[in-house]
Amino acid sequence: MWRYTLVRILSAIPVIAVVGVITFSIIHIAPGDPAAIIGGDEATVEDLERIRQELGTDQPIHVQFVRWVGRLAQGDLGTSIFSRKSITSLMAPRLQPTLSLGIQVIALSTLLGISIGVISAWKAGTIVDRGFMFFAVLGFSAPGFWLAFILIWVFAVNLGWFPALGYRPIGDGLFSHVHSMFLPVAVNSILSSAFISRITRSAMLDVLREDFVRTARAKGLREMAVYMRHAFRPASIPVVTVIGASLASLATGFVVTESIFAIPGLGRMLIEAIIRRDFPIIQAMMMVVATAYVLINLVIDIGYAYLDPRIRY
Amino acid sequence: MATQQEQPSIRLAPSPGARVRRFFDAFIIITRSNPNVLIGVVILTAILLMTVFSPIIVRSDYTQTTTDLRLPPSSEHWFGTDAFGRDVFDRVIAGSRVSLYVGFAVTFISVVLGLVIALFAGYFRLLDHILMRFVDGLLAFPTILLALALIALLGGSVNNVIIALSVTGTASKVRLVRGQVLSLREEQFVEAARAIGAPVWRILFLHIAPNTIGIVLVQATFTLATAILAEASLSFLGAGVPEFIPTWGNIVATGKGYVQVAFWISFFPGVFLTLTVLAVVLIGDALRDYLDPKLRGQFL
Repeated sequence: MWRYTLVRILSAIPVIAVVGVITFSIIHIAPGDPAAIIGGDEATVEDLERIRQELGTDQPIHVQFVRWVGRLAQGDLGTSIFSRKSITSLMAPRLQPTLSLGIQVIALSTLLGISIGVISAWKAGTIVDRGFMFFAVLGFSAPGFWLAFILIWVFAVNLGWFPALGYRPIGDGLFSHVHSMFLPVAVNSILSSAFISRITRSAMLDVLREDFVRTARAKGLREMAVYMRHAFRPASIPVVTVIGASLASLATGFVVTESIFAIPGLGRMLIEAIIRRDFPIIQAMMMVVATAYVLINLVIDIGYAYLDPRIRY
Repeated sequence: MATQQEQPSIRLAPSPGARVRRFFDAFIIITRSNPNVLIGVVILTAILLMTVFSPIIVRSDYTQTTTDLRLPPSSEHWFGTDAFGRDVFDRVIAGSRVSLYVGFAVTFISVVLGLVIALFAGYFRLLDHILMRFVDGLLAFPTILLALALIALLGGSVNNVIIALSVTGTASKVRLVRGQVLSLREEQFVEAARAIGAPVWRILFLHIAPNTIGIVLVQATFTLATAILAEASLSFLGAGVPEFIPTWGNIVATGKGYVQVAFWISFFPGVFLTLTVLAVVLIGDALRDYLDPKLRGQFL
């Protein structure tokens, strides 16, 4: 187990290194002067000179890279060109809304997705199963921003149950926080539970064909016990991997919903940075998100090996 | 099987003629076992026809602003008009061209590039080591993040959206096909080809590539669905195709501020978007179940 953990951690290092190289080189990919791209058409000569100095692009490229990595290693993500503040200080207040959204979405979509998947596997082939799976495909096909629009139209405009705009931080009380976040959480949960329920269903159906499930039934266990104690545990392993992998697609959902529902999170910060071409922020965001993705999948892989000893070898 | 035939010890690659015949047989088998695919084929055909004939279907100049602001759907304006008095139906029909063009272009580029890169990567060890680290790094970025960064750099236009989305598309194809190539290169027919002195390109493109087509086709439908959705998301966010070229994504965006007074502006383009993706997913699902029942539910 220790050996596997160590090997797995070591194998994540080159990936993070490549992430760093890609992130660093992104402003050097486009032809021309990065400062001119960031400055846009209205930039004066002084503006360009300032941007060049702030980016350090007046230095040779290898010097720039070494400096950039050196600063990253000290936890310094750089300085925003637009507001001239340090990016870590800009990101800090944006963390809470996005994390809260993430936790609520993962909790709700896992709960929903797994229940729907298990029920579909249990009722496989019946109208219940077909209905659920049709909605799962539909949930996968609907774009998040459109689903958000429909939910706003139904629940905010017509029924008036939940607000469409107006984020309330947790400091305002847990209830009003959850209430203000309900629609964005619902949009993302519908999309990712569609995905999770399909995987759960197919994993359950695979396990239900196994000999030990037949044995469990043969010794007279009730169906409930067969499903929960014998079938669900092995079936949950692929589901957990998929939840880890779906974190990347959640990122899309967050960028879109945060911009629709005016949630002051990291996703909206990214869009604002894109519109202003504030490249240090975009690069910082790329670095943070990709590294987080690699680390989360590392933890899931190790946890996976812990649960299923066959993977260690 | 009525008669138990002895398996030949060497697997031979089937002839091209046999492949075509198998393809048509496959379609019949697929529709018989999974009637959903027919729904998918019907919807997709209808939307493709609509796209092809869009210059005839469009009745008004959808780029021209008029004084008929935010009219509800009627016999005159089937899907109503938007905040600039433009006919939403005409814009949706015109928008289908760009949305589908981006989807198919991204799919084509990433499948072809991904296949070629993966063939070489799977066959040459050193190249494989270098390339796969790079691919792992690329795939650590969520598609939308990388695409947004590239578009901020290159500027929003139809071609730049295609480039931005093809980067991750290609990387994911490389990872998928390379795994297949690694196992195929150990097969006996590859060994046999090598033994009779076939050059590397022949082994790669005539012996290995045809055997990856199944998984590539399934993955291509998945790429098509996600590319159409991703383009729509980018254009919706205002970081994709610019507003004066209608696409389903940016038409939804034009109705963003009018949920209360004119829901039809955003509603109808979204319906077309959802139906198209649904059709592609249904076809992809059926294809996957046919090609390999073991893969059921793995990609989507």
